[in-house]
Amino acid sequence: MGKPRVKVPKSAGAGDTITIKTLMKHKMESGQRKDKDGNKIPRKIINFFSATFNGEEVMSVNLHGAVSTNPFIQFDMTVPTTGDLAFKWVDDDGTVTETSKTIKVS
Amino acid sequence: MKKLLSTVACGIVAMTFGQAAFADPDNNNLTVEGMAISTDAKAMAGGPLDQLFSGWRFRASETQSLQMDDFDNPSFVFVEDGEALYDKVDGSEGKACSSCHEDVAEFKDLRPTLPRWNEAKGKLYSMEQYINDCRVDRMGAEKWKWTGTNMTAMTSLISLQSRGMPISVATDGPVADILSKGKEIYYTRVGQLDMSCANCHEDNFGNMIRADHLSQGQTNGFPTYRLKNAKMNSIHARFKGCMKNIRAKPFKPGGAEFQALELYVASRGNGLAVESPSVRN
Repeated sequence: MGKPRVKVPKSAGAGDTITIKTLMKHKMESGQRKDKDGNKIPRKIINFFSATFNGEEVMSVNLHGAVSTNPFIQFDMTVPTTGDLAFKWVDDDGTVTETSKTIKVS
Repeated sequence: MKKLLSTVACGIVAMTFGQAAFADPDNNNLTVEGMAISTDAKAMAGGPLDQLFSGWRFRASETQSLQMDDFDNPSFVFVEDGEALYDKVDGSEGKACSSCHEDVAEFKDLRPTLPRWNEAKGKLYSMEQYINDCRVDRMGAEKWKWTGTNMTAMTSLISLQSRGMPISVATDGPVADILSKGKEIYYTRVGQLDMSCANCHEDNFGNMIRADHLSQGQTNGFPTYRLKNAKMNSIHARFKGCMKNIRAKPFKPGGAEFQALELYVASRGNGLAVESPSVRN
């Protein structure tokens, strides 16, 4: 996994619907391909993504094979109060990448 | 005659949209991160085209919208790779690009002028050659492959600095001979399909070639992220793809033929704004 890219508005009105965009650089090796010698290349994908606002889960995704390289996930949410939006990506090999952004509610 | 044929060919489209266009690029406007970028330009007098259109105008609206937001634009994954490479020490001299060129923004005026004559070396230079010269002479590092991943990441980052600036390659002086060589290649029919660049990109832009909407083949968006191969594509890699499509034996990327063609095609787009790194299909 590479450096996570997220686009989160810095501020929003209480109850406003905001759009969150995330992109994680990842090869998403499907497990279906073979290398030059004919050996199967083992599956290595991001299998789980979640977004958590102030400790409460906003949404989560189980990803399977056939999800494209560099998965881009976009969703809408409403923010009741100022808080931290935390993102988490879990790789097949157990690596967890996390990042978080603060949203100010006025 | 050509004009008449095209008018007939796109008559239906012109009626539908109520516009008397020469061919049928759409009329959408490109805005990237709040910056308006012009996607057409008036051609120089005496040139082969009346009006210049960026390839962006020939793409589907979904593809167009990808380029209008730097977060949605997949090229920026590669631009970030380029930023990492820019600061990465490589080679025997213990230097990175940033050791000499502190801020990549100093290349702001570079992309629109390339390829250009390099007086010291006595030949035409593309961005790839400048990068490799730096790597070999100053860093003591290995050359990068012309169409390789590292090279396109770096050319994407450097080209981005000139986004919005009009293409302005020099066509006179020492490059005049190379330009005419490029023009000859552009108009020479090759391959089993016996086609030249002009057959598609001059005679038929705006028309469909099977499922694809033919553009003018302008290079103002390169390096470009192509949805078909999910990576950055250099100008020479695209030329190679075109030649394969017409069942011709492609010239070598980085070779004299493609460089001459790169210069000539760039000169046909003089005035169009740099869109690099763009998104195409």
